[in-house]
Amino acid sequence: MINSKYFFQGFKSIKGLDSPALALGASFIAIGALLKNIGFNLEQSIFSTFLTYALPGSLVMAESYLIGASLINIFLAVWLVNTRLYPMTVALMPLLLHKTQPRWKYYLSCHFIAVSAWLIMKGNYQSVEKKHRIDFWIGIGTGTWSVAIVSTIIGFLASDYLNKDMMIGLAIVNPVYFTCMMVGAMKSLQINLSIILGAILGPAFFFISPEWSILYGGASAGTIAYFIGEFK
Amino acid sequence: MSEMSSNIILVILVTSFATYLSRFLGVVSSEKIKETSKIFKWFNCIAYSVLAALIARMVVFPAGELAESGIFIRLFVVAASVVMFLFNKKNLVYPTVLSAILLALLNNYL
Repeated sequence: MINSKYFFQGFKSIKGLDSPALALGASFIAIGALLKNIGFNLEQSIFSTFLTYALPGSLVMAESYLIGASLINIFLAVWLVNTRLYPMTVALMPLLLHKTQPRWKYYLSCHFIAVSAWLIMKGNYQSVEKKHRIDFWIGIGTGTWSVAIVSTIIGFLASDYLNKDMMIGLAIVNPVYFTCMMVGAMKSLQINLSIILGAILGPAFFFISPEWSILYGGASAGTIAYFIGEFK
Repeated sequence: MSEMSSNIILVILVTSFATYLSRFLGVVSSEKIKETSKIFKWFNCIAYSVLAALIARMVVFPAGELAESGIFIRLFVVAASVVMFLFNKKNLVYPTVLSAILLALLNNYL
């Protein structure tokens, strides 16, 4: 059903010097501690990472829950912040689609689409034959997802021992890891422009609309980069 | 089950549904998109831009604990980490570990 050779090849991406484990671990330890502080119990915290597995969404959930937002408002806020997963999925799945593979694999494994797993897959898909890419992806996804769940548990249990300095230190690890991964992904004019313009326009749109800044900034930067790359 | 905890379960379910929705719709759209098509290239650019925008926002306008550090300290730590990344054969362990220590130190002693 799932080819174990490719699955484990993907799963092993959490080991090694370019492993996302540290960055993912740091941010989900912070999430575990945060969920404990807002009144979740251990099972609920695990359940949350297990089912959501997207950092900004979990942060928005925690903030909204804390101020007593309605379920509809929580839904809208989370949906908005996680809409970035749509272009990410469209930019990944066509690379993995193969007619011999069953569809359920794609609909289940899209749950693993999050920044770290996505960047690893985008950087490595060419090393795997198209037919086996989905199994390789399921391996990467299972590996990174497991790290997130275990880290949530550690963060929940360790929350009393994490002081403010440690929390601030944990919080910078994730953006630093992602920035380095993005710099490593800069290999063509279109991608370079997409990344540089996105990093400028994202914060710039924050002054116009904080909630929509990432989508507005990302969509306009990506479109400009696309056209410059195509018609240069 | 108390009212409080059933409420938390609902919050988690609503959050995960709102998150899965974009992933699910992405797979539905992908069925019709060839990896060699222009629309795929365009989405690829947008995906990288959206990520860059998200990461830049986390550094420039952070939420939570990170907001208690100065913006120039954060920008310095990120820049120093990228330089370290580039000069260490793209090893990701050193810059991530050192960024946490550097930020905590600068934030306390600057």
